[in-house]
Parts: sequence; structure tokens; C-alpha cells
Amino acid sequence: MSKAILYDSTQCIGCKLCEKACADRNKLPYDDKIGAEEKLSAHKLTAVEVRGDKFMRRLCMNCEEPTCASVCPVAAIRKNPEGPVTYDASRCIGCRYCMMACPFNVPKYEWNLLLPRVRKCDMCADRVAAGKPTACAEACPTGATKFGERDDLIAEAKERIARKPNQYLNHIYGLNEVGGTSVLLLASVPFAEFGYRTDIPKLPLPMLTYRVLSRIPDLVALGGVLLGGIWWITHRREEVAEAEGNQKEGEKKKE
Amino acid sequence: MTIQLPRLTFWKALLTLILLAGLYATVVRFTRGLGASTNLSDDFPWGLWIGFDVLCGVMLAAGGFILTATVHIFNLEKFKPIIRPTVLTAFLGYVLVVVALLFDLGRPYRIWHPLVMWNPHSVMFEVAWCVTLYTTVLALEFAPVVFERLRFRRPLRLLRTISIPLVIAGVILSTLHQSSLGSLYLIVPEKLHPLWYSPLLPVFFFISAVAVGLAMVIFESWMSSKAFGKQLELPLLQSLGRVLLVVLGVYAVLRFEDLLHRGALPLVIHSSYETDLFLLESVIGLLLPIALLANPRIRATAGGLYLCAVLVVLGFVTNRLNVSITGMESTAGVHYIPRWTEIAVTASIIGAGFAIFALAVKYLPIFPAAIEGEALPEELPKAVGEEPSAAA
Repeated sequence: MSKAILYDSTQCIGCKLCEKACADRNKLPYDDKIGAEEKLSAHKLTAVEVRGDKFMRRLCMNCEEPTCASVCPVAAIRKNPEGPVTYDASRCIGCRYCMMACPFNVPKYEWNLLLPRVRKCDMCADRVAAGKPTACAEACPTGATKFGERDDLIAEAKERIARKPNQYLNHIYGLNEVGGTSVLLLASVPFAEFGYRTDIPKLPLPMLTYRVLSRIPDLVALGGVLLGGIWWITHRREEVAEAEGNQKEGEKKKE
Repeated sequence: MTIQLPRLTFWKALLTLILLAGLYATVVRFTRGLGASTNLSDDFPWGLWIGFDVLCGVMLAAGGFILTATVHIFNLEKFKPIIRPTVLTAFLGYVLVVVALLFDLGRPYRIWHPLVMWNPHSVMFEVAWCVTLYTTVLALEFAPVVFERLRFRRPLRLLRTISIPLVIAGVILSTLHQSSLGSLYLIVPEKLHPLWYSPLLPVFFFISAVAVGLAMVIFESWMSSKAFGKQLELPLLQSLGRVLLVVLGVYAVLRFEDLLHRGALPLVIHSSYETDLFLLESVIGLLLPIALLANPRIRATAGGLYLCAVLVVLGFVTNRLNVSITGMESTAGVHYIPRWTEIAVTASIIGAGFAIFALAVKYLPIFPAAIEGEALPEELPKAVGEEPSAAA
């Protein structure tokens, strides 16, 4: 079964312990200065954004059908059956198509290194594989970040919205966005206020390119026959003309 | 000769300056990384090297597959004299695109990875394969010129026997990756401005490659006449101009219909950064050249045809930069202007292309006039073959 993270921003107190836990697990530096950065970067794979008394987390959405994995020319990014979308730096050529294509602008690059890697949250794939929750969920003191089965978390999110319709926006972000994600968000204020785009397609983006790519074998066969056929016809005329010419010459000689 | 000398020196001096700047930029790129050598960022991961060097580079090299198809598949022999310079330009173009990619890739030494680590769902994977195969095809299509010069008879004969399958493979591969460069952007419906995002992007990229391929053949003829005193006969240029007019017409109608049916046409009236750039590419690349080429008097003159070719090239370069750079800026929330090192590398790659082309023309039988007598490419091996017996 596929796992997921449910982040309920109404329960978040902005303590940023999730940031600290994430940095520790990914062996990244963490101090007050980095804590104050509210943007994802190559050294910060999750960020808590603060707007007055409202908070919102940012992390890789670990999409059900990840755009990044579909565009990667070397299959460095993969969707694991348990949910996490992982990145294999040893395959990566550094084309940055994943960064270009991600509808959530999540993958970040180590621009200042000579041999850079793409960095993004991988939903603690090793921990999840070992049956443990993600580092951020484990560290969360209020339960705002919760780890579990995706189906269970969706049911729980729906229940929370139904129980307190005044407290929540009637929108589970990640339920349908680009075909669903393994990170689900609840909020009391519009997601757009925190820079989450609400106009992104509900269908998985990889379909947009795959429906073109899947026609290539047909196109190659068709093109080969068509071009070969045109060549045959245009040059056949020549052969015929030449043969007729020879015949006439032959007749002339006989005469 | 003495009059020509100063002009030659000026171009050489300029080229040297550009190449020196490019060399310094190369050192910065490969010692300090992409962060220090480009204005790319997490918000704007693709810049000039992808937008111009790759997207425009491949488009500018499209003449190769169009002309080989015209001569070898459609059997229009009259275009044979320009096949060699066009195939050479295409081959150089693709090699330079690969060089540019080596600058842009974060880990250039892994450029071969897509050939062994497959992901058939990725447009980039398909482009990587097509460009690799097509560059090989172009090398084989150009190889006879080198073999003739070196008088390698057996490989020459071998290449001649596979020449038609090679041409067909080249046309198919070109159709695939020229259109796929547009497909790359199908994945960003929420990021690319609606004036450019369209499900028809692959079709637009393919047709514009055909238009620019034709325009480049005309343009190269003009360049060659300036630099080497060799140019095409006017009737050939005029036929190319007529085809170009039709291709531009098809593109223009399709582009308009697409905007109309997607409901994006009203955007053209609203004044914005994107609208201005859209009008710029449409006027330079479509309206002006169509108006000029539609006039028989202009279409009949070499000067008019050269002007139209330059307009078409500039217009579609603008179009591709709009798709890859300016059309992405507003959703990225940043304004991208390439760093000088990015420009220096791009300029050096273009400069190197011109320099290598000039050298090739000097030392290889590229232009028909350079081949002694009236021997056409196809007839040359016979001439070579006759030699031993003549010597005996």
C-alpha cells in the first residue's frame, strides 16, 4: 500500500522541528540562519513558511505519477511502490529537465558545486522502506505532520474538514492535483496565499508527452514506407525512361 | 587581393577576440561551475545554452534533411549542387549543439548515459537518441567528401550503396527530434505563457524547422557569395523562395487557428511583455517575409530572397527564445538575462562554426566550382577509378 504525509497547517505551530529533523536525516547543516530561509534550496529540502499566525510547509509532493520521473532521460528519478519519489545521483547527467518540468518547482540544484546534484525531499525512502515514519512526521510535536497509509490519511482529512467546516478550506491539496500526490495538505486560508498553485491540471502531466511519444514507432514505420515508396516512384520513372531510350537506340541500330 | 585583405583581417581579429572570451568563459565554467558561469538559478534552470544553442542550433541545421530528401527522395536533381554545403552546415551544426550541451549539462562526462540508461517516457531521452543517430547519419552523408579528397575508394563505394536508406533514416530521425524539441515543452502547460503553449508545439517546431532550413540554404548561398565568391544560380533560389512562401503560409494559418481555438487570440490585443514579443516574432518571421515573398518582383531578385531568408531566421529564433526563455519568465517570477560568460560561449560556438566551415570549403570539394571540370559528386568515383588504368 502507498504511504503518504498529511500536513494540517491549522495544527502547525511553526516550531520548525521538521526542518531540523529533515536536515539531520539528509546530513545538511542547520542553524537559525538557515531556519529563517523560507524557500526550498539545495541545502533545505523542506521549509516552513510563516504568514502572521499562519504556517505552511513546503516539501516534495512525491506525486503519484511524478512529472520529474517521466521527463528524466536517464531514469534517475523513480516512484517507489511505497510512495517516495527517489533520486539516484549516480545516473544524473544534470540536464535539469526535472526542475523545468516539476509543476511544484521542487527539485533544486547545487549550482555552486563543480559536480552538482539535484536535491529534493525523497519522503525518507529508506526509513519508509524499513517501516518507519518520515523524519519530519516523527519530529512533529503537534501531529500537524502525520505519516500513514494514503487512503487512511485521505479519509481522516475528509473527516477533519467535515467536522470543522469553518476551520478548514474544503480542499485537500494533493488529492487530485496532477493526478494525486503522496503529500496531502490542509489549510484554513487559500493555498494560493502560500504560493501553491491551484490552477494546475488534475490529470497527470506525463500523459501530455507520452501520448506524443507513444506514436513514434508507428511514425517510423509509416515514414519509412512512405519515403521509400516516393524514392521508388521518382526513380522508377528514370529507369523506365532510360530503358525506353536504350530500346529506341537499339531499334535505331538495327535499322 | 590587396583591397580584400583588410576586411579579412577585421573578421579574423573579431573571431579571435570572441574565441578568447569564449576560452576564458570555458575556464570559468569548468573550474567554478554553472553557478559562477551562468545566471541560471533554481527559479530559472534553462537559459541561453538550451534556448539558443540547442533549440535554435538544431533548427538552423534543418537544411540538411530537407535538401537530402529533395534531391535523393523526390529526385529533384537541380538542387544537387547545394547538397554538400548544406550537409556540411548541418553536420557542423549538430556537432556544435553537442558541444553546447557539454557546457550546459551539470555532469557533461555522463552525456552518454541516455544511450544505456533508458527512459522511453522522456522526450529528452528520445531527443538524445535521435540527435546521436542523426549526427552519425550526417557524418556518413558527409564522409564521401572527405573520402574523395583522400581517394579512399572502397569505403566510398560502400557508402554509396547505403546512401538511400541513410537519407530515409536521416529524414525520419529529423522529423522526430525537430518536433520533439517542441514536445519538451508540452510538459509545462501551467508554466509556459498561453501565446506559446499549445498541444501543437511539436507540429510548430517541425514546420518552423522546415522554413528555417530553406531560409538557411538561401542565406548560406549569400554568405558563400560574399566570402568565397560562390553562390547558387538565381532560378534555384527562386524555387526555394516559392516553397518557403508556402511553408510560411501553412505555419501562419496553423498558428492563427491554434490561437483562435484555444481562446488565446484575445491576448494578442492586451498589451504586455509577452504580447510585444509575440508581435515581434510574428512580424519578423511571418508577416514581413510572406508579404515580400508574395510579391513576384521581390521574389525574383537575389537581394529580396536574401532579405526574406534573414527575416525568417531571425523571426523563428525569436520564436524559440520566446518558448524557452521569455514565455517562461512570468510564471518563474524572475527576469533572466544571460551572464557574459554564457554569451561568450554561445558566440564562440557560432564563430567556431563559421571558421570550420570556411576551412572545409578551402580544403574539401564542397562547392561545385571547387570540383574540377563538370564532374558532379556522383560521377567522381568513376574519375578516381579511371586513374590507375590511365597511369598504367
